[in-house]
Amino acid sequence: MTLQELTSSAHNFEECMKCTVCTAYCPVVPVNPRYPGPKQAGPDGERLRLKHPFFFDEALKYCLNCKRCEVACPSGVKVADIIQSARLKYSRQKPKLRDRMLASTDLMGSLASPFAPIVNPVLGLGVTKSILDGMMGIDRHRTFPKYASRTFESWFRRKASAAQAAFPRSVAYFHGCYVNYNFPDLGKDFVRVMNALGYGVRLLEKEQCCGVAMISNGMASAARKHASHNGKVLGKAASEGLKILTTSSTCTFTMRDEYGELLGIDTASYRDSLLMATRFIFSLVDSGTATLVFKPGYKARIAYHTPCHLEKLGWGVFSTSLLKMIPGVEFTMLGSNCCGIAGTYGFKKENYEASQAIGKPLFDEIKAVAPDFVACDCETCKWQIEMSAGIPVKNPVSILAEALDLEKTAEANRNA
Amino acid sequence: MNEEFDVIIIGGGITGAGTARDCAMRGLKVLLIERNDIADGATGRNHGLLHSGARYAVTDRESATECIEENMILRKIARHCVDETDGFFITLPEDDLAYQAKFVESCRAAGIRADIVDPKEAIALEPSVNPDLIGAVRVPDGSVDPFRLCSSNIMDAKLHGAKVLLYTEVTAFIIEQGVVKGVTVLDHKNGGRAEYRASVTVNAAGIWGHNIAALAGVNVGMFPAKGALLIFAHRVNGIVINRCRKPANADILVPGDTVCVIGTTSTRVPFEECDHMQVTPEEVDILLTEGAKLAPSLSHTRILRAYAGVRPLVSADNDPTGRNISRGIVCLDHETRDGLKGFITITGGKLMTYRLMAEQATDLVCRKLGVDKHCETAFTPLPGSEGGNLEEVSKSLWSNPLTLHKALVGRTGTRAAKVSLQQKEDQALVCECEEVTVGEVKAAVERLDVHNLVDLRRRTRVGMGTCQGGLCALRAAGILGEAQKCTAKAKDDLRQFLRERWKGMYPIAWGDTLRECEYMEWVYTQVLGLQKKEVK
Repeated sequence: MTLQELTSSAHNFEECMKCTVCTAYCPVVPVNPRYPGPKQAGPDGERLRLKHPFFFDEALKYCLNCKRCEVACPSGVKVADIIQSARLKYSRQKPKLRDRMLASTDLMGSLASPFAPIVNPVLGLGVTKSILDGMMGIDRHRTFPKYASRTFESWFRRKASAAQAAFPRSVAYFHGCYVNYNFPDLGKDFVRVMNALGYGVRLLEKEQCCGVAMISNGMASAARKHASHNGKVLGKAASEGLKILTTSSTCTFTMRDEYGELLGIDTASYRDSLLMATRFIFSLVDSGTATLVFKPGYKARIAYHTPCHLEKLGWGVFSTSLLKMIPGVEFTMLGSNCCGIAGTYGFKKENYEASQAIGKPLFDEIKAVAPDFVACDCETCKWQIEMSAGIPVKNPVSILAEALDLEKTAEANRNA
Repeated sequence: MNEEFDVIIIGGGITGAGTARDCAMRGLKVLLIERNDIADGATGRNHGLLHSGARYAVTDRESATECIEENMILRKIARHCVDETDGFFITLPEDDLAYQAKFVESCRAAGIRADIVDPKEAIALEPSVNPDLIGAVRVPDGSVDPFRLCSSNIMDAKLHGAKVLLYTEVTAFIIEQGVVKGVTVLDHKNGGRAEYRASVTVNAAGIWGHNIAALAGVNVGMFPAKGALLIFAHRVNGIVINRCRKPANADILVPGDTVCVIGTTSTRVPFEECDHMQVTPEEVDILLTEGAKLAPSLSHTRILRAYAGVRPLVSADNDPTGRNISRGIVCLDHETRDGLKGFITITGGKLMTYRLMAEQATDLVCRKLGVDKHCETAFTPLPGSEGGNLEEVSKSLWSNPLTLHKALVGRTGTRAAKVSLQQKEDQALVCECEEVTVGEVKAAVERLDVHNLVDLRRRTRVGMGTCQGGLCALRAAGILGEAQKCTAKAKDDLRQFLRERWKGMYPIAWGDTLRECEYMEWVYTQVLGLQKKEVK
């Protein structure tokens, strides 16, 4: 008889064996009884929703989209994709003004940046926090990341772009909203490190926000617009033979995987060219193409936290390997735990308690290790850890910029 | 035990259940006797298609008209059992498009709405349909849950005073001076024997009615025509897909509850096989090959199980396939036919026309008893179907219905209100695939004549989902064991249930279904230590 060659459905929900390991690994299940858990919200619920859309459960909004269920699944079921797709497809709850504001990092950043000296202190005021809490549902415990008075893009145009052509090789950089509006220093560190390695940096032709927060806030059409624009500019850079590097694991993951799985964007033109900077740098060092020369007296006790989306990508190892190369670093690998913030999720008043409960094991571990600082490739993990564990968090690229003797590194790579 | 009834109905399939309800509603004192569980024969082993009648329009006008009339009735009286999906009759390049005109004309003549739909529009309405189609006709097909329908009829019969004996087999007829006076029975639950008397006995035993008639000394020449079907793990289609051609193998794909079903084949089988149906590799091949022509994605959709039923056709000619026999209703008065008083056989027909069959049989019973009461089943809703649709009923019962509430309403309609979900424990899920709660299982065990886990499955869908009992069978066995206060029986039940699941998985055990089987076996025999002992 003829056996079917493969059995698969959209997001392969039929490959689910009902082993429930996804639910055992879900960080939300233990802290929020209203969340049905990934198995039920995902592959189980999908069958019911296919029967009748009325079976859609708004409690799916409690999913962090951390993808830990997908990492755990032994059958390769895209559990979180099923859940997020269902939210985009069936949810009847319109995003609130708050959700739209939180999701529009691009717009908010471009509005706030020019007025950073006023916006930052105002956002930090107790009275502002009370208003945001009471009227908007943004939890009073949260502090918005500070806006930079000059965006990264504007710094790059004025101070860096002219020098980039002098380098023998080039990479493109997707900086993302956080680097542009809140923390240009990370972008500057990236440019310095890449330059030292002999690479000139180019920006994309008007990148837009990756849209991850729009996806998680149910703003499907806005997310699709951003995705389709970014897909084009990423594709163009890739077609010129450039690797496109990033310093944010979530932006990377969203553009690399979520665009295709959730938004139906064809990512083939750029998917393999889009990399975390640490992965690219590691491969240069590992293959002997580049040399890192560290400052002799650098000393730091570093604990590394793997962001969930980086864990899903399987790329945490590149960041940790680079950090371990630094002489004088005392390295601790933190356990695999979600920090609980999940982008805009933790900012919402209704999620605050769950968010903190999810992160507690991580915070406790960090406090026990008491490192000089935590290393992490994700900006929202950074806010959460800094607020909840009281220890500063640095991006591995910034740590490299700090630990490398950039001049000697540049020299070593010029001679190579 | 000697108890007098007006009428004894033999057979707990849909025909017997419908007849018991009709008789009870007309004020008769009714006893229904079933050898196994309700819906154990052909009732529970078919497509669950709410025929529009279009399938028979060209070849059998009478059946077509009956179907469309009953179709419209069931939408009203059995709302919670029916899904109003509509259906397509598609023409593929290998089919004759000229047949479409004849088909549409015949449908309309039989009173069936039949609209020709542009192939592009058909694809937009039903994206799973074969994109090569060259023609499509939309008809008022739908799907109907036969277990729910049968159970609701039994429930209503009981609400009207009927007595129902399951796992009770008729062993002989009590015949005095050429009159059937009642039956003697064997209770399979405890081995006890009893006699029941009634003025009229109705043989509604489906294909087994052949043997029942023989037991009474009359001959009803029946024709066991096996039909095999495959269940896919999710709804591939939202609209029923049929082939627009003369009825043939595997040309109907029905979305039913959370799954979809392709079928059937049609093969004559000997009577001995009726109790032990096996789906053969050849049948699986036919179903898959032909099914993929209706919806190509079936060739890469997980198959949940294979099963087969026996159509109780009444032999009319020498057609070896059974396709050309009328699916018409056969209501035999053995007094006029064979000179045996007090005995009626109601057979032929199909799931779709069960209510009409019941009406005809009950009319005859009433004539024999001199009772002058009209049939009301055509407009009296079944228990559970008195309210609105799924959404309306859910929202009338809970301000913010959860998935488990919605699933419960989907299965029980307004009867959902009778299931206690107040306690946290009652809201816990037994079956995660189909969202069946502890509360619903308990209610079924208490009120719906559940004797074992297989019965429970027919009442609640426990174990009918993707895991085929992997996670739920054990939990359900626990609840049943507690209710029946017997752990040993619960363990035997569990074995029997898993064996029955395996029977349906075996013919299609490859790919993910095979993995699921291995996983189940590991859970039950390795983790839980269930011994593989023979089950009686």
